[in-house]
Amino acid sequence: MNALSHTNASECASSLPLSKSALPGTDIQAFVRKAGHASRLDLSVKGAKCGGCIAKIESAVNALPGVQGARLNLSTGHMRVDWTGALTGNEIATAVSELGYGVTASGTDSEGTSYQAEERSLLIAMGVAGFAAANIMLLSVSVWGGAGEMGAATRQAFHAISGMIALPVVVFSGRHFFLSAWRALKHGHVNMDVPVSLAIWLAMGVSIWETIQGGPHAYFDACIMLIFFLLIGRFLDARLRRRASGAAHDLAALKNRSVRRQNSTGAIESVRANEIIAGDMILLSPGEQAVIDMTIAEGAGEIDEQLVSGESLPRLVNAGTVVFAGSVNLGAALIGQAISPATDSLLADIATMMEAGEQRRSTYRKIADRAVALYVPFVHTTAALSFLGWIVAGASVREAILIAVSTLIITCPCALALAAPAAQMVASGKLFRSGVFLRSGDALERLAAIDHIVFDKTGTLTLGEPVCLVTENTRKALPIAAMLARASRHPLSRALVTAAGAGPLATGIREHAGLGLEANIDGHVCRLGSAEWVGAGGEVAGEGPVLWFSRGSEPPIAFTFEEQLRDDAKAAVRALETEGYSLEILSGDRPSAVARTAGALGIGVWSARVSPQDKAARLEALRDEGKRVLMVGDGLNDAGALALAHASLTPGGAMDISQSASDAVYAGGLGSIPAILRISKSARQIMLQNFGLAAAYNLIAVPIAVTGHVTPLIAAIAMSASSLIVTLNALRIRHGKSGSS
Amino acid sequence: MSIIVYLIPVALALGGLGLAAFLWAATSGQFDDPEGAAHRILIDEDKPMGEPASADDAFRNSAE
Repeated sequence: MNALSHTNASECASSLPLSKSALPGTDIQAFVRKAGHASRLDLSVKGAKCGGCIAKIESAVNALPGVQGARLNLSTGHMRVDWTGALTGNEIATAVSELGYGVTASGTDSEGTSYQAEERSLLIAMGVAGFAAANIMLLSVSVWGGAGEMGAATRQAFHAISGMIALPVVVFSGRHFFLSAWRALKHGHVNMDVPVSLAIWLAMGVSIWETIQGGPHAYFDACIMLIFFLLIGRFLDARLRRRASGAAHDLAALKNRSVRRQNSTGAIESVRANEIIAGDMILLSPGEQAVIDMTIAEGAGEIDEQLVSGESLPRLVNAGTVVFAGSVNLGAALIGQAISPATDSLLADIATMMEAGEQRRSTYRKIADRAVALYVPFVHTTAALSFLGWIVAGASVREAILIAVSTLIITCPCALALAAPAAQMVASGKLFRSGVFLRSGDALERLAAIDHIVFDKTGTLTLGEPVCLVTENTRKALPIAAMLARASRHPLSRALVTAAGAGPLATGIREHAGLGLEANIDGHVCRLGSAEWVGAGGEVAGEGPVLWFSRGSEPPIAFTFEEQLRDDAKAAVRALETEGYSLEILSGDRPSAVARTAGALGIGVWSARVSPQDKAARLEALRDEGKRVLMVGDGLNDAGALALAHASLTPGGAMDISQSASDAVYAGGLGSIPAILRISKSARQIMLQNFGLAAAYNLIAVPIAVTGHVTPLIAAIAMSASSLIVTLNALRIRHGKSGSS
Repeated sequence: MSIIVYLIPVALALGGLGLAAFLWAATSGQFDDPEGAAHRILIDEDKPMGEPASADDAFRNSAE
C-alpha cells in the first residue's frame, strides 16, 4: 500500500499540498446561487480520501446554522451545500478549510456534466446489453445442447424469441457504435465502429433470415455479446476521460477566483473573474494574487512574478506597468485596469504556442488507432475473399454469406477494443491513487516513449522560497533586522523572519517601494533593503540575492540567501538518471541561481534567462534531434513549452494555464515522476501485449472461420475467451512493481 | 415440454425485474460516487451516550 491510501483521517488532510489555490482574497460568496430563500454552493474539496474525511467535513458543514444538506462526492471531490438563511459561502468554506482540507469554489461545470451524461448513457446501454446477452445465451445454450434432439419447430421458436430480444437491444445499445460509424463515414474516415456496425447488421440480417427459413444457425447471441464487450471498453474509456477532466477542473482553481472591482461610484464589489471585461478597475490588495492581466493605474510596489516568469526575485511596478495573472502583490494595495489577453504580446505568444501544441497532439496517432488502420482492411478483405472463394468452389450463395458473416463476427475487434482502454484504466487508477491526475488516456503512451527530460527550476525543482544563510557575521543583527522584516511580504524578508523565529515588531515602520524599510529602534535609525538604501555602495557580498541592513552609523551588514531544493529533488534526479534519461534545466531565472541548482543536483546541461519563446525553440530543437522530450514545469512561462513537448507534467500548485497545457498533474512531489514513467511504460507494454494477443487470436480464428468450421457456439466461446484474456492481462499492471518510490 | 411456454416468459420477466432495478440505480445516481459509497458504510453516526459515572456503571449498562 502506498503512502497516500492510508485510511487515517489525520494524514489524509495533509497529504495534498494546499499550494497556491488556498490563497487569501477569494470571495466564495460570489459563487453562491440563490433561488428565493434557498442558497446553493458547489465547492471543490481537496485532500479528502476516506470515510473519516467525509464524516468530518459533512458534519462540520451540517452543524452550521440553516444548512439543509451537504454531500461530498469522494470520487470527484465535489461538494454541494444547500441552505437557507443568512449563512455566507465564506463561512462554509472556512468551516471546511479549518479542518485542514483545501477548498475552492467550483463553477457550474458544463464539461463535467456532459461527460457524466455520456458515462451514464453508456452504463445503461451496457446494462441492457448484459441483460439481453444473458437471456439469449440461456436460449442459445439450449439450442446447442439439444442439437440432434431438439425438434426443428422448438429450435425455430427459440431463435425467434432470441431475435425478438436481440433486435430492440441492438438498436438501443448499439446506437453508440452506429452513430459514431456514421459520423466517421460522413467525414470520409473509417474508424473501428465501421466494421463493428457492418458485422452486427450483416449478422443480424443473416440470423433473421435463417430464423424465418428455420435454418440451424443464428448469431443473435454473438451480436449481443459483441455489443456488450465493446460497451465495456467504451464505458471504461468514458470513465477515464471524466475522471481526467474532473481532476483537471478541480485543480484549475485560478479560474474560480473572485476579483474586487471598483464600480463607477468608487465602491468595491466582489465579482467572479470571468465577469471582468477589459477596462474594469480592479483592486489588488497586499498579498493577493492577480487573476487577470492589468495595467497598474494607481499605486506602486513590488510584485512576485515567480509563477509568471520563473524569476525568484520581486519586480518593482508603478503606474503604467503591466501585471500578469499569477503575480502576487507584495506591497501596498494597487489599482489596475483590466486588459484583454489578446492585446498583450506575452500571453498572446503563449496562446499561439499552446494552440500549436494542441494541434500536434491531436495528430498523434494512438497505438489503438494504428492497430485499427491495419485491422479494418484485413478483416474486410478476408471476409470478401472467403465469400468469393466459396462461390467459386461451388457453394450456394446462402452458405457463402453465412461463412463470410461468421468470419466478420469472429474477427470482430472485441479484444482489440478492450486492449487499450483496459490497460489505461488500470494504470490511471494506480496513478490516481498515488496523487497523479492524467488529463487524457493517450498521455500514458506518450509518457512511455520519453528519453529526455527538461525541468523548469523555480517552483519545480526548488521550493521557490529563499532561505536565509546565517553566519557569524550576521547572527547578532538578525533579531533586530527581523523586527523590521516582520512588516514586509517580500520573500527575502519572510525568509529572514523564518531564520530569526518569533519576536517583536518595530514601531513606526516606513516602507519605501523598491528600496526597503526604515524604523527607529532604540534610538538608532535602522534600515533594511537594497545596497543603495543602506549606503553600502557597490560592495558585492557573494552570489545570490542579498538584503542589506544598517543600524545607525554602524557599517551595513549583508544577509545572503539561497534557494532551497525540494526535499525529494535529489532522489528523483538520481532515480531518473539511473533509469537512463538525459536531464536538462531551462529556467527564466538568473544564471547564478540556475548554476547553483544544477550543480547541487548534478545536472550538467542548463540554460538561464530563457524566455518562453526560447523554451519553445529549445524543445523544437530537441525534437528535431529526434528526442522525445518530457517537460516538467509550473509557470506561465512554461505553458508553451509544456504544450509543445512530446509529453508534459505539472506540479499540483502550478498556474491553471500550465495545468491545462500538460498531460498530467502530480500532487505527490518530484518523487512521483520516476513512478509515473515506470507505470506508463508497463501500461504501454501491457497494451502492446494485448494487441499481440488479439492478433494471435485472429491468426487462429480466421482460418477456422474461412474454412467454414465456425458455428455460433465456437464464435461465442472464442469471443469471450479473447476478451477475458486481454482484460486479465491488463489487471497485471495493478500488481506490477510498486509505483511509489 | 409445453411448460416452457410459461417458463421462458417467467425467466424473462425475472431478468427484466433485475434490469429495471439496474436502470433505476443508474438513473438515480447510485453509481456516481463509487468510492464514497464504499467508505460511507464505515462512518459511525452514533453519538457517544455520555460518560458513565464509574466502571461499575459501565459494566451494569452493558450487562442490561
